[in-house]
Amino acid sequence: MKQRWSSWALTAGALTISATALAADPGTAMLANACAGCHGTHGGSAGLTMPSLAAQSKTAIVEAMKKFKSGERPSSIMGRLAKGYTDQQIDQLGEFFSKQKLHFTHQQVDMAKAKKGADLQEANCSRCHLDDGKDGKDDTPVMASQWLPYLQMQMELYQSGKRKMPEKMAEKVKPLSKEDLDALLHFYASVNK
Amino acid sequence: MTLDRRNFIKLVGGASSLALAGCATQGPAVSSGSAAEIMPKGSARRVVVVGGGYGGTIAAKYIRMMDPSIEVVLVERNDHFVSCPFSNLYIGGILPDLSSLTIKYDKLIANHGIKFVQAEVTAIDPAAHTVVTSKGTLKYDRLVISPGIDFRTEEIEGYNAQTPEIMPHAWKAGPQTVLLRKQLEAMKDGGTVVLAVPLSPFRCPPGPYERTSMIARYLKQHKPKSKIIVVDANPDIASKGPLFKKGWDMHYKGIIDYRKASKVTAINAANKSVLIEGLDEVKGDVVNLIPPQRAANIAVQAGLVGDDKKWCPIVADTFESTKHKDIHVIGDASIAGAMPKSGYSANSEAKVCATNIVNLMNGRPVTPLSGINTCYSYITDDEAISVAAVYASKDGKIIAVPNSGGVSPADWSMVKTEATFAKSWLRNILTEMSS
Ligand SMILES: Cc1cc2nc3c(=O)[nH]c(=O)nc-3n(C[C@H](O)[C@H](O)[C@H](O)COP(=O)(O)OP(=O)(O)OC[C@H]3O[C@@H](n4cnc5c(N)ncnc54)[C@H](O)[C@@H]3O)c2cc1C
Repeated sequence: MKQRWSSWALTAGALTISATALAADPGTAMLANACAGCHGTHGGSAGLTMPSLAAQSKTAIVEAMKKFKSGERPSSIMGRLAKGYTDQQIDQLGEFFSKQKLHFTHQQVDMAKAKKGADLQEANCSRCHLDDGKDGKDDTPVMASQWLPYLQMQMELYQSGKRKMPEKMAEKVKPLSKEDLDALLHFYASVNK
Repeated sequence: MTLDRRNFIKLVGGASSLALAGCATQGPAVSSGSAAEIMPKGSARRVVVVGGGYGGTIAAKYIRMMDPSIEVVLVERNDHFVSCPFSNLYIGGILPDLSSLTIKYDKLIANHGIKFVQAEVTAIDPAAHTVVTSKGTLKYDRLVISPGIDFRTEEIEGYNAQTPEIMPHAWKAGPQTVLLRKQLEAMKDGGTVVLAVPLSPFRCPPGPYERTSMIARYLKQHKPKSKIIVVDANPDIASKGPLFKKGWDMHYKGIIDYRKASKVTAINAANKSVLIEGLDEVKGDVVNLIPPQRAANIAVQAGLVGDDKKWCPIVADTFESTKHKDIHVIGDASIAGAMPKSGYSANSEAKVCATNIVNLMNGRPVTPLSGINTCYSYITDDEAISVAAVYASKDGKIIAVPNSGGVSPADWSMVKTEATFAKSWLRNILTEMSS
């Protein structure tokens, strides 16, 4: 996936960090704060290929970390980092990020695609990706407002087979065309309130 | 050409140029400061933070986020900060200017109720709990300093105040970075760039080798008959060695001449040459001389450095100085065990330190350290490699958590992905520091 240099530069005013802290014990906060250098303060990411962790379901984070740790989910750095945490610490990380306020981004998306994507979301994905993707369920991640390049990157990993799709997701995704999937991602990226 | 060491020193001017040793090579000259108190301390507990870089901004912000009843005063000499991370990409010609690497403090201050004083800190009085600045004094209950590095220029014969203008170090981002790029642009095709790397430990272990890659990239594109000679004081590449070598082999064969165990002991500025211990003289059209390093001047003056006279010893979980009570040292200036001198480490250390300052000020037990470092280095425009680790404290020492961390896969399969992650990293960490 190509990212143009012009698109990543830090421009004043272009970013708003909406994630706010909810009281956590100092030990748990310290574990999670270390992640913020890459995932943003309280898990609200400003980096186009790094996911926001704020408001993800605890199970989604715990599952992702465990899969990174075992190598089941492909990664570059996350596998190496996940090995540094015990199951209990992973649990604390999941707890912390699940309690942060959802991080809304304001990014350029193709509105025609987003509109089509909204219908596809309703018909195909809404039973697991709840409330326009603003809510996760069990290990289903929150999709709303994630950066489009991150979403596209993950979809490529799913489609190449490098990241394994949950069975329920595969059932829904397989019949969809490339264009439909692209539209869905534009929809999720467009949800910002 | 080989020169007899004694002749070389004669040529250079010998000891007379050592008079300036120990002075800062960048930033305003140290003045004695003013005695009048600025911002008299009221009844609120106060933490003063010195240095608005990778460590200081984060310490100030996280203390305020964790306990808004603590007053935080951030003291920084400049009204903006330029990031060293990614400055090599500017030198290599990928970034057009330094704007995307420059942050201002206004939003950080406003969002978190931090008080900001733009001033040079000239002295610290640990007994009186006072910081002396060029604008007046400030009282503190606890002090955090994250002032970064200065140079041990006294270890290079012939080095003086003018040297950085002739042989830029570009190891503090800003005017020096711009100067080095200008020199590269002005160099004729067929010229030689010399990059001198000091002995570890120094700011950013992979930094010199990323810079080598970026200068080689520039030469390959714009001055294909030119080459870069890397004279490295270390026994070998100090970080991610096999990966850098693989990248150089793939992309810059014939451009990079890497010479290990080559320590620069003297320079001849007029001749644009450096003398390597063992009597070889290496001459360049452009010389990027990175001198050996130590904690920034203010840390040395305040008596915070240890027996080595270079770096500041600290207590693992709190980053409190072992030299002076109630003063905490984070970032490059500190001896943080296994954590390298990197921006990500400084960010992570700041959060650990902030958590424990808030704990201590509220009579709570100390939280054991948990930290991270990740560091990306570019090889080409769209290929980057990384190193990462998780840190914990054990028996009073900061250690890397066993069996975690490591470098990018050797098969080069992730380099394009990691190049995009590197950009996301920069955007996240600069956003953390500036909002
Ligand atoms: C070329 C290069 C590339 C790098 N790349 C990376 C990278 O990719 N990733 C990474 O993690 N790290 C990287 N680093 C390392 C990173 O820049 C440092 O580790 C980091 O800046 C250290 O943070 P700090 O807070 O200790 O110091 P700094 O960030 O340097 O901040 C120190 C601040 O203190 C101020 N100050 C100092 N003394 C005084 C005084 N007396 N009064 C008032 N203000 C004062 C200075 O003006 C400055 O703003 C790189 C470094 C270089 C040189």
